[in-house]
Amino acid sequence: MTVMTYRDALNQVMHQEMERDPSVFVCGEDVSGGAGGTSGEREASGGIFGVTGGLLPKFGEDRVIDTPISENTIVGLAVGASLAGKRGIAEIMFADFLGLALDQTMNQAAKFRYMSGGKAKCPVVIRVPYGAGMNMAAQHSQTMYQIITSVPGLKVVLPSNPADAKGLLTTAIRDDDPVVFFEHKAMYGRKGDVPDGEYLVPFGQAALINEGDDATIIAMGRMVTFAEKALAGLKDDGVNCDLIDLRTTSPLDEDTILDSVEKTGRVVVVDECPPRCSVASDIAGFIASHGFSSLKAPVQQVTAPHSPVPFSKDLERAYVPGPMHIDAAVRKVVSYK
Amino acid sequence: MAIQQSKDQLLRAYRQMKTIREFEERLHKEIMTGEIAGFTHLYSGQEAVAVGVCEHLDEKDLIVSTHRGHGHCIAKGCDVKAMMAEIFGRATGLGKGKGGSMHIADFDKGMLGANGIVGAGGPLAVGAALSAKLDGEGRVAVSFGGDGSVNQGAVLEAMNMAVVINAPAIFVIENNGYSEHTGADYAVGSKDIAARSEAFGMKTIKADGCDYFAVYDAMAELLDHARAGKGPCTAEFMTTRFFGHFEGDPQKYRAKDEVKRHRQEMDCLKNFRESVASTGALKAADMDVIDEEVLQLIDEAVLEARAAPAPAPEEITTDVYISYQ
Repeated sequence: MTVMTYRDALNQVMHQEMERDPSVFVCGEDVSGGAGGTSGEREASGGIFGVTGGLLPKFGEDRVIDTPISENTIVGLAVGASLAGKRGIAEIMFADFLGLALDQTMNQAAKFRYMSGGKAKCPVVIRVPYGAGMNMAAQHSQTMYQIITSVPGLKVVLPSNPADAKGLLTTAIRDDDPVVFFEHKAMYGRKGDVPDGEYLVPFGQAALINEGDDATIIAMGRMVTFAEKALAGLKDDGVNCDLIDLRTTSPLDEDTILDSVEKTGRVVVVDECPPRCSVASDIAGFIASHGFSSLKAPVQQVTAPHSPVPFSKDLERAYVPGPMHIDAAVRKVVSYK
Repeated sequence: MAIQQSKDQLLRAYRQMKTIREFEERLHKEIMTGEIAGFTHLYSGQEAVAVGVCEHLDEKDLIVSTHRGHGHCIAKGCDVKAMMAEIFGRATGLGKGKGGSMHIADFDKGMLGANGIVGAGGPLAVGAALSAKLDGEGRVAVSFGGDGSVNQGAVLEAMNMAVVINAPAIFVIENNGYSEHTGADYAVGSKDIAARSEAFGMKTIKADGCDYFAVYDAMAELLDHARAGKGPCTAEFMTTRFFGHFEGDPQKYRAKDEVKRHRQEMDCLKNFRESVASTGALKAADMDVIDEEVLQLIDEAVLEARAAPAPAPEEITTDVYISYQ
């Protein structure tokens, strides 16, 4: 084990996988930066969040490709090359910009194998920094994973800690299907123990981070860290919870969810998305359909409000679901009679 | 000075063009019977482009096609019977009946798919060209697109990206005069597609898309350029379509006699026959034999497709990677 940041864990994986497999390449805006600049410094950026640093000097311009600001074509570049034998990792600088790349993501990458009757292979990873909490306002802060989760043919990954960042990204790059990999911007600096060497975390296997009989908290991405914070205060008052980190919203680990619901009968789903057609509402619906007989209280959904992400620090703080919201929702379900 | 082609090459090119023509003319009839569902966009009239381009390519070269993709598929070597079965929505189709006319693909043949989204092939072809570039074996990727596609941001992005990363991509623009039901003279703001690609810094050739030999010669020059690593390039081929945007399109946007006139004056098959007759390169009888063989093949393709089983209901959720309760 080595203590490292979420950012460094992701960076290490790309170094390892590019070394291991010459078909892996990286493309995106400023993934190295510096091309065409006046300083002569070739790696002037290493990615806006520093996740792709050091790749250019090691692997060269053919495999670490600084692109124009053309999101649809960045994804298309990775998808087209992946259809023709490579493994492309496309970085979309902010998840919000997936809107510009939705055709290549949703209409192309997601559907090739299906439309070709199983012949096509599209091993592409689209890395997308997402999420609110850094005062980046309405067009640089969205979650987007709820939209991508709804698309058949895409796998959707949301690591909540550095170890999972490493294990899930390794799995994503080696996967033969398109994966959209959501990295929370506010978590890049988060440190944690990360296994050394090769480390893979399978898709569709949620992590049971905490065990308790009173309620089930289901979360993903950064919301897991807020749920962990809420656990301590609840425990002090004798409320013990299962905490499920979904890790992937598609595939969804239905068994882990239903096992826990059967045990506790009281559920809180925590999701950074606005409430309509969110992952929270999807999972609440799933539990209502498949775990109804176990329920002892209405499922509580802790989500952002139905609004764009506000800029003001005060408003944004109120916008993002936090430990207090989770604490209140858990107390509500456990006290329901 | 036209490139010399052997008799075998010419016979093969003729067979390919004729196969596309009869495939489409037959589909036009079959669609009327109501047996084929959905949208079908026929390629009749444009055969010289698909064949003039693909006769230069082998299976390792890659192409990305469009909604009007049957011609590109046949020219790149897709199995005609499996294509017909796909259009009929049968289990024996190239995509097991799950793709349909707009999504015929055969990755083993370097045919990365027809595409239901106008312009989407541009970025994909640049990606395929990147793969070819990284392999360093002189392969190329061809992006087929129409005059409508050059008004899509994706194609303009892709052209720029191809130049920036020096990808061996060739953008083949088939200007058939119409973007769906709207004239290219209206929808292409500058009216000059070739000038657009030149503005990206690409080698560009504009040629008669109804003349197989003009297409073939133009492509030879562009392929030399791209295979040598000198960067992407564009061909604009002026052509026409003999049917509507899709089958059932009443074509109210075309002058009453336009299609009839184009069938007389811009028929690439007729042009080909006249050309080889004038040079003595082929005998009419040789081509007549091919005509018979092609009609026979298309007949068989239709009969076999009609008799083939529908896909099993379980196929709905296969090849989606993930299943849910």
